[in-house]
Amino acid sequence: MSFGWTLAPPAPVAGGTAIAAGLRQLRTFAASAGLALAVPLLLAALWIFCARYSWIPDQILPAPAAVWQTLREGCADGSLRDATLISLQRVLAGFGIGAGAGVLVGGLLGASRTLRSYIEPFFLAFNQVPHIAWMPVLMVLFGIGEALKIILIAWAAFMPAALYALQGVRDVPEGFRELGRALMLDRRATFCTIILPSALPSIFTGLREGLAHAWQALVAAELLASFEGLGYLMAYGRQLFQLDVVLAAMAIIALIGVAFHVLLSMAETRLRRWRLEGAQ
Amino acid sequence: MNLTAALRATRSRSTYLLALRPNAKSWRPWLAPLAALLIWEACAHLPGVDPRFLPSLEAVAARAWEGFVHDDYLGHLLASLGRDLAGFFLGGLAGVATGLALGFSPLLARVVGPTLMTYRQISLFAWIPLVSMWFGGGEAGKIAFIAMAAFQPTLVNSWRGVAEIPKSYRELSDVLLLGRLGFVALIALPCALPQIFTGLHSALICSWAATVGAELLFNLAPGLGGQMNEGQQMFLMDKLLLCILLLGSVGVVFNLLARAAERRCLRWRTL
Repeated sequence: MSFGWTLAPPAPVAGGTAIAAGLRQLRTFAASAGLALAVPLLLAALWIFCARYSWIPDQILPAPAAVWQTLREGCADGSLRDATLISLQRVLAGFGIGAGAGVLVGGLLGASRTLRSYIEPFFLAFNQVPHIAWMPVLMVLFGIGEALKIILIAWAAFMPAALYALQGVRDVPEGFRELGRALMLDRRATFCTIILPSALPSIFTGLREGLAHAWQALVAAELLASFEGLGYLMAYGRQLFQLDVVLAAMAIIALIGVAFHVLLSMAETRLRRWRLEGAQ
Repeated sequence: MNLTAALRATRSRSTYLLALRPNAKSWRPWLAPLAALLIWEACAHLPGVDPRFLPSLEAVAARAWEGFVHDDYLGHLLASLGRDLAGFFLGGLAGVATGLALGFSPLLARVVGPTLMTYRQISLFAWIPLVSMWFGGGEAGKIAFIAMAAFQPTLVNSWRGVAEIPKSYRELSDVLLLGRLGFVALIALPCALPQIFTGLHSALICSWAATVGAELLFNLAPGLGGQMNEGQQMFLMDKLLLCILLLGSVGVVFNLLARAAERRCLRWRTL
């Protein structure tokens, strides 16, 4: 948490300089946006040329027009939308369960040194098994139904959420705790005003990581054992050598990945600002 | 002294998530695994528990004995490890090289950086159909996929390692009249080394997970993932649990090795 704003209030500026500063800001933004877009544009151009002069066969890289067509048809007949909705539903259910439990368990472990000394090493050793390796085991136990996916996703989200929450709560600076004792805060107030705000950045890192892992687990589970969803669409396209379907599904998966990332970052800044104002 | 201590503290914090911290001076850490094993064994022997779903410890041990002595489990383990390390070295090298290039050249970072950061947001397993089409479902495809998994953490960490070199270090280099090469060799690389190691360590873990994923999702071949596929299709729970134990043990060994290497290479920091 930064208290810089109390030390350095923004200097008042006259109208002319403000516009000049705004223009300058706009120019630097445009410059970095232009630089950032250079590579994707170049790649897109290369892709279009490859397709136009058929340098690469369609089974290796389909034409952009074909992918666009697949995307539009999929949107028009609702098949893409249904697959996306099903995948999103699964990931949100699994993430909600896994991350919620993870933050709770991690917070408890972080708060109690005794509990940690018993469980932490075992916990970390468990973390060494890649979560995708549990999939065959879960398939034997639960079949390839919805339960398999939800449990796998929940487990994938649980670990990062728990580990970062543990770290955040454990590493609350000793000075903060002392302050709480000096102010004679009770347990509840200590938790709300000292521990939670201090652990929040770490918890959010865990949630972000957990969501990324959950999204990965979903794709893996749907590729291996599913009859609907984006991953299934990709497995289907791969089997029929229809790479345009694969690329269309990938585009949506990438978009959702970026959206998750942006949404959680926004939520984090919002929540932290609120905390700062609340502390005022 | 104060600064180095603070630096060391932040480093150990950031690697904490990757590392097992063996504070095994007491019996406490051993209690939880022991209890878990006991509960497992007890549940397996409860009447009404189907041993096909929950095999007892001795069934898993028997499977291990049979697998390593009569069957070729060692070969499967080595096949997985070979694949993993091939992908790790390819991807790790590419990641460190790209990360260093981005760190040293701000212009390059502004041009290529955003694309690479967006690429990171694509779920790794979503590349499997494409990679299997481009490189085939055999060994080349698997290694390419594992290399992709190792590329991302090494890239980000070496990039950050160079980009976050304190300004005073750059000033020091100017005061000493070091050239570009001198700055890179004497100041930048040693300063970024811990972060690069963090990236490599994390890549080791990611590529192990990717190895399992590749073996489950690409063509069937010798390897632990292939064995798990077989165990799942033939309903051999003891085989599956044995594979899980092996995968976890390899993960633990990787962690210990990485930590030892890190300590050895960064020994000068503690002086």
